Amino acid sequence: MNRQLLSYAAAAIVVAILPFVGVYPIFAMKVMCYALFACAFNLLLGYTGLLSFGHAAFLGSAAYACGHALKVWGFPTELGLLFGMAVAAALGLVMGLLAIRRSGIYFAMITLALAQMVFFFFLQATFTGGEDGLQRVPRGTLLGFIDLRNDLNLYYLVMAIFAIGYFIIWRAVHSPFGQVLKALRENEPRTLSLGYDVDRFKLLAFVLSAAIAGLAGATKTLVFVSATLSDATWQMSGLVILMTLIGGLGTLVGPILGAFIVVLLENKVGDFGRFMAELTGNNWFLRLGESVTIVIGLIFIVCVLAFRRGIVGEWQALMQRRRARA
Amino acid sequence: MIDIFGIPIQALLGQLLLGLVNGSFYAMLSLGLAVIFGLLNVINFAHGSLYMLGAFVAWMGLSYLGLNYWVMLILAPLVVGLFGIVIEKLLLKHLYKLDHLYGLLLTFGLTLLIEGLFRSFYGVSGQPYPTPDLLRGATNLGFMILPNYRGWVVVASITVCLATWFIIERTRLGALLRAGTENPKLVEAFGVNVPRMVTLTYGFGVALAGFAGVLAAPVLQISPLMGSNLIIVVFAVVVIGGMGSILGAIVTGLGLGVIEGLTKVFWPEASSTVVFIIMAIVLLLRPAGLFGKEK
Repeated sequence: MNRQLLSYAAAAIVVAILPFVGVYPIFAMKVMCYALFACAFNLLLGYTGLLSFGHAAFLGSAAYACGHALKVWGFPTELGLLFGMAVAAALGLVMGLLAIRRSGIYFAMITLALAQMVFFFFLQATFTGGEDGLQRVPRGTLLGFIDLRNDLNLYYLVMAIFAIGYFIIWRAVHSPFGQVLKALRENEPRTLSLGYDVDRFKLLAFVLSAAIAGLAGATKTLVFVSATLSDATWQMSGLVILMTLIGGLGTLVGPILGAFIVVLLENKVGDFGRFMAELTGNNWFLRLGESVTIVIGLIFIVCVLAFRRGIVGEWQALMQRRRARA
Repeated sequence: MIDIFGIPIQALLGQLLLGLVNGSFYAMLSLGLAVIFGLLNVINFAHGSLYMLGAFVAWMGLSYLGLNYWVMLILAPLVVGLFGIVIEKLLLKHLYKLDHLYGLLLTFGLTLLIEGLFRSFYGVSGQPYPTPDLLRGATNLGFMILPNYRGWVVVASITVCLATWFIIERTRLGALLRAGTENPKLVEAFGVNVPRMVTLTYGFGVALAGFAGVLAAPVLQISPLMGSNLIIVVFAVVVIGGMGSILGAIVTGLGLGVIEGLTKVFWPEASSTVVFIIMAIVLLLRPAGLFGKEK
């Protein structure tokens, strides 16, 4: 326990000094937003065994809600974030109530379809600015005196938000509630026969996951001072699955690592394409940057076929084998 | 001119036909999904991109090789089906012992890969495909003008759907297939090569998607994105109909296409979401789907 606490403290110190050692703060904040998003998603897939294919709906709706509250209604920043989170949670309640009526593969299809409905709603609604999205959302001030237009101030706020979100998930996983979720993942009929109200637990997990995904979305609006349609697309729902899968399903740290890899990939695939084009003289590689989807699709296939435990999962398995041998 | 609720009957029937055309695509795709799911327990996310592939193969045949529509109507589904067989042999085969969700995730990755490749070669703008000469023009039915090609799409897809239903429900081959769905181990014990049956079933299911793609080529713009936009609606169709019944898939597909077409007339803003709304209502009233059986 103490060792765990120490490593978290060490990680926090490292993240806190990142902007001073040449890491671009916006990049680090983007990673933290996606990492929180992936952690929230992992609570559902990794710990409850429910594959939601529509988590982008929560990211997107919170991003729009927070952006609208800050820009049009002039909410203070803290309230805007909470409002975004509340909207995502409410949406999660509605989607969850419908989706938990079926399980397994149908659950995935239903969440995907409902999220697509949300996407069309945002596409057609006037307050979202259609294809352009909400632009120039004011970041405001924190508690009325810390100016968030300063990237560094915002950086520490985002870090704090991530820490809070992560702590909530950590707490949930290590609570009796989390034990029931894991039981659900392993064997739903038996959990039911033990007298647990299975549907209520599923719904609670779904809403909690949606709310934290919403917190990530609202924070993302602050970082990029905009909310766009791409946050609500099915591609985004797929991306968060990939982050969780690469990092390690059902591990707490995995999704963070996965989010880092995917964001890095999105930013750097263009550079890699240029490098390959120079190396091989084949200009097709130049187009790689525009079609990150090819690379992402390939990684998806490789992960599913050969790397299902993810990086952290494989690492844990390796450690366990070592310990068994010792 | 006769009006219904203030809408000229011509416009109404026109949208109804368009809805029926879309419904035929829903029916063919959800039929393929159901057949594949029955035997493989895989929800084939790549179904949409293979439908797109069918349309593109038809277009490539015409532009690069000069092969006309009728040749490609046979050839493109075969190409897509062969491609599907390769996918099954190379990738899907390794997942049958795992949770069904991995099949969905794998085919999702495949979708991104196929779409990304086509996008990097052809961009996102659509390629036009000419209507075959034989089906140009329109027929005056007295109460409405019927564009010949659209009529053909509906007739052809209903014929293919019914033929599929007949093979599965009324022939010996179909009986084996249904038995394999119920209990693959037992069927294997009777000396049937079940792995080969599984491979061919996947090939057949995606060939249906390829056929739908060729039919769609002259009606819709051929674009790398045409499949993924469709597949999510088809998923909703599958949830509404339930995957237990072949005829159910056909009827649900056509019916939802018609409802969507009517919504376009009476409430255009809701036309892109109406299928999802119906899905939500069905989930509330009859969670197993209209034709589904609760497991």
